[in-house]
Formats: sequence, structure tokens, C-alpha cells
Amino acid sequence: MGAISAEGLVKVFPSRSGEVRALDGVDLDVPTGSVLGLLGPNGAGKTTTVRILATLLAPDAGRATVNGIDVASDPQGVRRSIGLSGQYAAVDEYLTGRENLVMVGRLYHLSSRAAGVRAQELLEDFDLVDAADRPTKTYSGGMRRRLDLAGALVARPPIIFLDEPTTGLDPRSRLGLWDVIEGLVAQGTTVLLTTQYLDEADKLADSIAVVDRGQVIARGTSDELKAQVGGERLAVTVGAGQVADAREVLDRLANGTVDVDEHARRLVAPVAGGAAALLDAVRAFDERDVDILDIGVRRPTLDDVFLQLTGHHAEEKPEAASTARADTSGAGQAEGSDQ
Amino acid sequence: MSDLAQSLSDTGTITRRNLTRLRRQPDSIVFGIIQSVMFVLLFAFVFGGAIAVPGGGDYTDYLMGGIFVQTVAFTCATTCIAMADDLSRGLFDRFRSLPMSRSAVLAGRTFADLAFAGVTTAAMALTGLLVGWRTDSTALKVMGAFALLALFAYAFLWIGAVIGLSVRSVEVAQTAGLIWLFPLTFMSNAFVPLETMPSWLQPIAAWNPISSVSAAVRELFGNTPANYQAPDYWPLQNPVLASVLWCLVLLAIFMPVGVSRYRRAASR
Repeated sequence: MGAISAEGLVKVFPSRSGEVRALDGVDLDVPTGSVLGLLGPNGAGKTTTVRILATLLAPDAGRATVNGIDVASDPQGVRRSIGLSGQYAAVDEYLTGRENLVMVGRLYHLSSRAAGVRAQELLEDFDLVDAADRPTKTYSGGMRRRLDLAGALVARPPIIFLDEPTTGLDPRSRLGLWDVIEGLVAQGTTVLLTTQYLDEADKLADSIAVVDRGQVIARGTSDELKAQVGGERLAVTVGAGQVADAREVLDRLANGTVDVDEHARRLVAPVAGGAAALLDAVRAFDERDVDILDIGVRRPTLDDVFLQLTGHHAEEKPEAASTARADTSGAGQAEGSDQ
Repeated sequence: MSDLAQSLSDTGTITRRNLTRLRRQPDSIVFGIIQSVMFVLLFAFVFGGAIAVPGGGDYTDYLMGGIFVQTVAFTCATTCIAMADDLSRGLFDRFRSLPMSRSAVLAGRTFADLAFAGVTTAAMALTGLLVGWRTDSTALKVMGAFALLALFAYAFLWIGAVIGLSVRSVEVAQTAGLIWLFPLTFMSNAFVPLETMPSWLQPIAAWNPISSVSAAVRELFGNTPANYQAPDYWPLQNPVLASVLWCLVLLAIFMPVGVSRYRRAASR
């Protein structure tokens, strides 16, 4: 049995329009010492899965064990084996960084002295020594996330849950947090990580479970998932008013569905034959007088995997994301990003 | 560590956390004190001349019992907002993922807020003494009055905690934690004697826990006029016993409900 295992998890939430099946039969198996990335868009069921495994929520059906302990029959036992770092940086803003960590240590029933020693170690590991004795409301978003993650590690748990650890962070803080997570994995910690960022799953996870609408729709290593989608991708950006022409050309050359982004005038087609396909395409575009602004052949990304499996993209396009944010006027989406 | 020792240790840790937070927000303590001083002065000077106390007592003496009760009852709004705030910030997710006692977060919150209620009560007692309030009983009874206020405050803090865990946002908690306290405290003998109310309101006010506790505190302070006849309702005839029973009933209801709400609480 793996460090984390789940069978047929179902969770139904009541909503205004009936019921929402947040989880609809999720199976997971995470071998000890490995990193599983749960990849999926907002609302796919990633956070619900983590909340069930971390004993914050009871499933409506199915069973799960963490560190060999059943989450339903011995939740306190599970809690002794896990560290959770959630979507919010769950730190007390009026306490200092050190006080936050000592408090968590005391709640794991370390002695005052041991809690103090452990807090100091973590402050050093997470580069928070200079800010250790300042209230955390003066911290940047990246510092809060680091402190929150440090809080999850106080008791050196063998299993860590990271729920969207880098959502809303600037690129530099994000890279810093990746380093920290890789360090943990090097020490043999089992990690279950949720993310909506493909590059994050690609970089950190040994294996990936793609989640959509409460179900795991694909699983495997990043390479296996990419192989599942098959060959390479030809991506081309064309001149104004030429998208339709370019599409005709690519429909002929592609061995699958052509994905078209009208707004960016960008087309992506699965092709066989790499460089030869690129040459064919350039020639064909030339014959049709299509201006090529940018063209290239690349290996499939996880976004291609997602598109192939679900018919929609995993990540919202930046423009689409900002519209969505304005539409929901600060709810949900913005919550993660302004921390 | 045994379960009980763990539970006490966790409660101590959370209480310390909340007291540290309070200390780092001195303005909230200052405004708490200003508010209670203001209420004493307003009621004593504005209503003092207009309200006749049955049995011919002094209104300031009558008022103090009621206003102590009102102020400690209002402290539960603080608890309500603090619970909703912790919930919305995801702190409860952290606490609930730790192998700690399930009741410690609420017990630690209510103990810290009880300390806060103690500070405002002391400020009020001093203000009362300045405007002429005097106790007329034994030191033991006066201590009993403050102990009863503490028990009552503690019971009400749990009501605040339950409301804070039940509402959907901190903004709602700010209103929901406070609004019900106005009819509750004004439909009682806290500020005006029961005898002056319309007859249909009198039984409601008599069975209001605010009335029992106000009457009990007045009795223990020796602020009830010698020839005063308590209205013919059991809780006002036996105010100390009724108050203690009220507090125990409220605790018996709201403590388990609060802990169960906390267990199921989901951050939003």
C-alpha cells in the first residue's frame, strides 16, 4: 500500500441548483517518497480531494488511507502523519513568524523548548530569520507562503499536502518555493501537490493525475501523458485575416484536430515527422500567400494533453483569466492572487 | 500525555495566541474601555432623572447591575467576529489538520475574550464609583456578583462563537453578532424596571436571562432597595439561582453546538 491511497471518493455539495458532485469516484495511489501532482482547472475537485485526505472533510462514499491509517476511523492518527499547506497562507498576522511556528509546535505537543528550537531551524531553512520577530502582516506574499509551508513541516511529517502552493505568487517567489519543495522530496517526504499550472506539475511531480469534473481522467508520468497524445505539435502564428487560409492548410497536414486561437491568430496542429512537416508547412503557407509571423515544432505539453482529453484547455488564457476575475468581482480567483 | 492534559495544553496555547493578538491591537482595548465608560455616563446622567426605581432606590445603583450585564453580553460580538475572521483566513484548516484537541480553539478564544470582558468590567466599576455607585453588602457577595458576571459572560461568548462559525463572512458576523443583543438587553430590567413595561412584555422580560442576571447582581451588590418587592415571576424571585441555571443551560447547549460547528467548519 502506498503512503496515500484512495478508492472511489465521492463528495456531493448541495447548491442552489440541486447538487454538485465535487468528487465522482476518485482513486489515487501515491507510493512512499514520491510526488503526485493533481492537475486540473479551478473547480475540478483537487482541493476537495486534499481536504478529505487531510481529514478536514468526510467523503460521502469511498475510503482513503494516509500512512496506512484510515482517514474516517482514526483522523487524529492521520493528523499526526501529515502536514497541510493550504491555498491560503494560514498564518496569524498579528503573531510574529517565530510565534506562529512555536504555536504550531506546541499544538503538536512539543515542549516549549523543543518548539522554540524547531521554529529557529525552520526560520533558517526558509530564509525568514531576518523577519522572524516581526508580525507576519508585514510579510510579502511569498514570505507568508514560505512561513505557511514551514508550519506544515514543524513535526517533520512523512506526508505533505500542498494545495496550490504557488497560486498568486510572483515568478521569483514561485521558483524559490519550487526549490524548497524539491528539497523536501530529496529528504524522502511523500508529497501530494495540487496545481493548475502545467509547468509546476511537470517540474515537481513524479506522476500526474489529471482531474476534471471530479474524476481522474488520465494518469501517468509527464512523459507517459505526452506520449499518450502522440507526436509533435506544429505551432504557427499568421498575419491578420489569414487564419481561415492557414487552417485549411493545416487541416490537410495535421493528423488530428487543429486548435485555433482566433484572437492570437495562433494555430496548433498535431503532426508526424518533425522537421519534414515543418518544411511542408512553410511551403504550403507560401503557396497560399499566408504570412508566417512565427512557426515551430515542439514536443506536446500537458496543455495539449488536457485539450485532447477534455476538449478544453487546462489553463485559462491570460486575457480570459482577467475577464473572469473582473466578472466574479473579487470572489474565488482574486482571493488567491492578492495574498 | 493524557487526553485531558493535551486538551488543557492546547487550550493554553490558543488562549496565549489570542491574548497576544489582543495586546498587539491596543486600540481595540482602548475602544472597549471607552465604550463601557460612555454607556455608564450616558445612562446615569441622561436616564438618571427620568426613571423612578421601585422601592425608592437610587438610579445609578439600579443601573450598574444592568449595565455590567449588558457590557459583558456585548463582548460576545467580539468572539463572533474573531471566529468568522479566523475561519475566513484559513487558520481553522491549519488547526483542524493538527492532532490537537477539537474544543481547544473555542475554549482558547472564549477564555481570552473573558479576560477582555474583565478589563472592560473593571473600567466600568471604576466609572461607576466616580458617579456615585456604592455596594452595600459583604465583600464575599460582591465577589460573588463578579463571579456570576464572569460565568454569564462565558456562556454568552459561546453563543457568539456559534454565530461566528455559522455566518458566511466577517462582514455578516459584524452585524449578526451584535444585532440580536439590542432587543435582548432592552427587553429586560437592565435599564428600566419591569414594572414600567406594558403587561404583555413583562413575562417576556422576566424570563429573559439578562433580567435574572441583572437582578442577581443587584442583589449581591446590595443595590436592591430594602422594601423592594420583586415582581411575581420565579426567575426574579430567585435571581441568583435562576441566573446560574440559565448560564448552565446556555453552556450545555452552545458548547457542544460550537464544537460540532467547528469540526465541520469549512473555510471559504
